[in-house]
Amino acid sequence: MRKPAFDEAGPLLEVRDLRVEGQSDDSWHEIVKGVSFDLKRGEVLGLIGESGAGKSTIGLASIGYVRPGCRIKSGQVRYKGIDLVSAPERHKRALWGAELAYVAQSAAAAFNPAHRLIEQCQEPAIIHGERSEKKLRDKIVGLFRKLSLPEPEEIGERYPHQLSGGQLQRVMTVMAMSCHPGLLIFDEPTTALDVTTQIEVLATIKQIVDEFGVAAIYITHDLAVVSQVADRIIVLRYGEIVEEASTRKMLAAPEAAYTKTLWAVRKLDKQENLAAKPILQLRDIDAGYGRSLKVLDQINLDVPRGRTVAVVGESGSGKSTLARTIMGLQPAFAGTIEFDGVALPFAFKQRSVPLHRRIQMIYQSPDTALNPRRRVRDILCRPLHRHLHLSAEARRQRVAELMSMVELNTRLLERLPSELSGGEKQRVCIARALAVEPELIICDEVTSALDQIVAEGVLKLLLRLQQQIGITYIFITHDLATVRAISDWIVVMHRGRIVEQGPKSQILTPPRHPYTELLFSSMPEMDPAWLPRVLQKRQTGGAAQGASVEMSI
Amino acid sequence: MIAEEKVMTISKAAGPAGTHWRRVWRHVRKAPLSAWIGIVIVLAYLVVALFAPWIAPHGETEVVGGQYDPWSDEFLLGTDQLGRDMLSRLIFGARNTISVALMTTSIAFVLGTGLGLLAATVGGWVDQLFSRLVDVIMAIPQLIFALLLLSIFGTSVVNLVLIIAVLDSTRLFRVSRSVALNITVLDFVEAARLQGEGTIWIMVREILPNILAPIIAEFGMRFCFVFLTIAALSFLGLGIQPPTADWGSMVRENATLINYGDITPLLPAGAIALLTIGVNFVVDWFLHITSGLKE
Repeated sequence: MRKPAFDEAGPLLEVRDLRVEGQSDDSWHEIVKGVSFDLKRGEVLGLIGESGAGKSTIGLASIGYVRPGCRIKSGQVRYKGIDLVSAPERHKRALWGAELAYVAQSAAAAFNPAHRLIEQCQEPAIIHGERSEKKLRDKIVGLFRKLSLPEPEEIGERYPHQLSGGQLQRVMTVMAMSCHPGLLIFDEPTTALDVTTQIEVLATIKQIVDEFGVAAIYITHDLAVVSQVADRIIVLRYGEIVEEASTRKMLAAPEAAYTKTLWAVRKLDKQENLAAKPILQLRDIDAGYGRSLKVLDQINLDVPRGRTVAVVGESGSGKSTLARTIMGLQPAFAGTIEFDGVALPFAFKQRSVPLHRRIQMIYQSPDTALNPRRRVRDILCRPLHRHLHLSAEARRQRVAELMSMVELNTRLLERLPSELSGGEKQRVCIARALAVEPELIICDEVTSALDQIVAEGVLKLLLRLQQQIGITYIFITHDLATVRAISDWIVVMHRGRIVEQGPKSQILTPPRHPYTELLFSSMPEMDPAWLPRVLQKRQTGGAAQGASVEMSI
Repeated sequence: MIAEEKVMTISKAAGPAGTHWRRVWRHVRKAPLSAWIGIVIVLAYLVVALFAPWIAPHGETEVVGGQYDPWSDEFLLGTDQLGRDMLSRLIFGARNTISVALMTTSIAFVLGTGLGLLAATVGGWVDQLFSRLVDVIMAIPQLIFALLLLSIFGTSVVNLVLIIAVLDSTRLFRVSRSVALNITVLDFVEAARLQGEGTIWIMVREILPNILAPIIAEFGMRFCFVFLTIAALSFLGLGIQPPTADWGSMVRENATLINYGDITPLLPAGAIALLTIGVNFVVDWFLHITSGLKE
């Protein structure tokens, strides 16, 4: 395939007044409303914004691609002088993979599970005319080595399911790099990963950009992440550019009011207060799946009444199992659970109905936690009817009261969950949990599916409710800002054990347990110098420290 | 003040319901040609079935002419082997065949969906028991099994309906169980359990509304198959018994005419085929809409 004639002099990518429309209910709506920007060679541009801001659409449109159901209405996207909007399909196909590459959000879903990784990494190069398999193989293995994947010679022979999420994301970057493209699009490449894994991928991306001098567009909703890799940041909202500035300037002195609110979210900090009797006490709890697989090992935990206990850890550390064990969904094998001074049966079915009422749970994803076929009013009325036996009139009043407690308009009562936004849905979930006047609410990553501003609103709401009615929270999270915002007591979990626990002030300040240190130091900060600093620190003391973490746990 | 508020809530409650019907109407208006053909066919059959005594020129079992009279002005489609008017019997046949098929499918639907939901919701040994039972029933070819059971229990309409309903409910069981299993793992079902809701509530209020679309589509498909099974059984002489008019047995009774190049015996077969096509068009369209709604 012959490459078209490039203009090597001008900017690498010029996007001019780009307008993209999406189809819904038979009519076309503008999703991207006149966006213009330039990208120089070797530059990394960060696109940030909430969901629905048009980040991904812009990212895909910059390589001339639109999703089915969308179309480019007007504007130009010139890559090295070639307009990708008007270019015929076969020209674009010649560029995709070779000059323009895309790294998707979930590497696990983007790889074909039935083919070996090396075959999938070679494919773009073969499509674009590479004939020597030996040469290509060496090149891919070289890239594997460069991105410090383990066993670079053999890892390509494996299938996608044999690698971890972070490794897959790096292999996907190799795949994108196999033809040495001029422009890479990263679409939320670390969103699905743990913080400790995220840091590897971020390092990889930075390394690729520095070494090969490729230009990249990095799409994310996480400010701290984008500030690590981007030279310049564009803040988007409703498909329009709110603000554009260099990373340093953007972090130090954001101008637009909207950008400022984005920044403010990360500054929420709750005054620690621990003086309270425990409402829930866990002693030597073991729990797990089936008869033999132990996920929780010797858990001891006191939850003070009216306070918040934050449980942090990577995925697989057992934090969700802990929540399910307390709820009784995953009965403990051994130990004791005391709730309000009374022993709590392990299995949910053995607990009395009033006990069901007193402990409630809020889920991570409000999309699946609400029945899509029931209206908000029905969702809220049912527990009132069942647990509190209120009359129809009392229920109506209480529902209105609940809605005002979670700051929702009573107009929304007649809506179906699909007619609500993510934040509104999560508020309905909170209202449902509050409906039965519980004493303890377990919040399982309740803000991680929400945009930052929305998440801040939800956190503030939860804090206000705690002050007003003295509810106790167990807050499961992996986000440091959330921990800081809401907790009194912090529990750090790793591989089913509590590694360290203590008051917030103590856990958040060094010296800490090595694993806590590793976990907290991996949580990105809004400082462009953070990533190099952490990586350097890990390289000097890293190997020995990593080993000691493994040993001591 | 309170009254005013009440009025407001009522008017608000009416809003979404109104939009619901508007949405349905929009879908109907936008329906593709095939769906329109299907709707017209099904409606025509329903009208014929409901008003058979008024539409038919002669009685269902009335002997009005000679054996195998040809098509004429008096007997538009001729007469059958006993001299009964063919057209009238076709019209009454619609009534008998459709009502039996509808009854059978409904029983199969309630039975299969109910047990499928129960198996998916409760899980464990209940699920194992019903699933294995269904496997056993499905292991035996349906038509042969139906013939066997009919010859054991005798050929009455009630037996016919019950036997085919039970045999066909296995298919609905499998469909509803597998769709429901996808729903039972969602958080809102667990949330309902955590609120202390019972199994029945979870089955009927939480899961059923979410699997209704594929189940109704399956209902339509099953209706066609039941239709064909009954026709086949009638053709074999074990279905609806004479003198009741029924399309399947009408094909058999007049089969000899084929030898003389008369297409009359093919008419009841054609009636079956046309209704099957019509129902399938409607079901396809319904499936298309619901798959679009899911997004």
